[in-house]
Amino acid sequence: MPAVETADLPKALAEIAQDFVELSVPERLQLLLEFSEELPQLPSRYADAPEKMEQVHECQSPVFLVVEVDEASSSDPAKRVVSLFFSAPQEAPTTRGFAGILREGLDQLTVEEVLAVPEDAPYRFGLAEAVSPLRLRGMVGMLGRIKRQAALKSTV
Amino acid sequence: MGAPDLPVYRGRMADLQISEARFAAYTHPERLVSTDWLAAQLDGGNPEGVVVLESDEDVLLYDTGHIPGSLKLDWHQDLNDQLTRDYVDGEQFAKVMSARGVGRDTPVVIYGDKNNWWAAYALWVMTLFGHEDVRLLDGGRAKWIEEGRPLTKEVPTPAPAEYPVVERNDAPIRAFKDEVLAHLGQQLVDVRSPGEYSGELLHMPDYPQEGAMRGGHIPGAKSVPWARAANEDGTFKSRPELEAIYLEEQGLKPSEPTVAYCRIGERSSHTWFVLTHLLGFDDVRNYDGSWTEWGNAVRVPVER
Repeated sequence: MPAVETADLPKALAEIAQDFVELSVPERLQLLLEFSEELPQLPSRYADAPEKMEQVHECQSPVFLVVEVDEASSSDPAKRVVSLFFSAPQEAPTTRGFAGILREGLDQLTVEEVLAVPEDAPYRFGLAEAVSPLRLRGMVGMLGRIKRQAALKSTV
Repeated sequence: MGAPDLPVYRGRMADLQISEARFAAYTHPERLVSTDWLAAQLDGGNPEGVVVLESDEDVLLYDTGHIPGSLKLDWHQDLNDQLTRDYVDGEQFAKVMSARGVGRDTPVVIYGDKNNWWAAYALWVMTLFGHEDVRLLDGGRAKWIEEGRPLTKEVPTPAPAEYPVVERNDAPIRAFKDEVLAHLGQQLVDVRSPGEYSGELLHMPDYPQEGAMRGGHIPGAKSVPWARAANEDGTFKSRPELEAIYLEEQGLKPSEPTVAYCRIGERSSHTWFVLTHLLGFDDVRNYDGSWTEWGNAVRVPVER
């Protein structure tokens, strides 16, 4: 089994990473496809207002994301709960899969937990061998934008 | 086995039937098949023994549903060497073909997303190995789907074929940086977007991860964005329309040596296909180092 460093990842993301690296390379692609298929639909407040979302220019397809920080969840901005929303076309399943991993791994964490995710987390899933390192940069771009939005939206 | 004799486009291919009348005006109409032709082949039990390969930008797109019986050919994992910036060698190529049930004489039809952009790239790489009978599905994946034709998630398991280990023959259709330097002053086609050509952008719009230290173009290159050769439905434009762009508007001469380039040589494979097979240019080479090499190379001339 290939070694993968998951100690500094949030629990859900660490579990996903472990699941991926335990699989053969073709099976990793199938799992990525499952994440792509399970990416939730946008709620109407974003589906009807795409201008409220931020485009992820690092991706090779039109991908948009938005981060919500729930002010009511804590008086301490660092402890507030983060929700993630993504939009990516069906014709871009790899990108949708990346979005699905980040959604499942980071949604409902606190701001400080999201900000603590290491920048190289996208390289911990054994996906470089499966999809090529070039393609992975889109996921790095998504993570960077999620962290930036979470930081901006949690400062008072 | 040595490299095949040149030119590589003679022989059996020339005797093939033209799959659709509208292709007849192209120089090598046998290099295209229509969706009707392919559907009839597949419905009729595949009398020609065609192997259909899907080559996409997105490595998972095939897995979401593909033409029944087709197999995935990924540009990065199957055709690029994973260590050196180069294509796979003859031994690896033979493995890739064999695993897909492709023998040296097997007719191969390639289709893909985005106006067959990556399909044309795969066709060009197969041509480096002198695989003679390789064709594109005109209109690619989008047209097949648009016409409501069947897709499946079922992945076939073909019986491995015998494929010989053939050495790549790069010289006729592939250009390297030093050769492009020696070619300056002759016909060059830059197929990137206008912003990349002008130097305003250091990368392709929406593809910022493959940047360059310098923006602009190779001196003397004509700007013809690759997708101008395609119709809205992903099919190739007609011969008169293509001639209006490449010959009349840009003044390119089919008899003169031509080099096409883009960012990593994929978009320019599409233009290579157009110039070579549809318009019958005599000598077209694809410079796959393209702007990610030229725009980062020290002391090569750049024009803006």
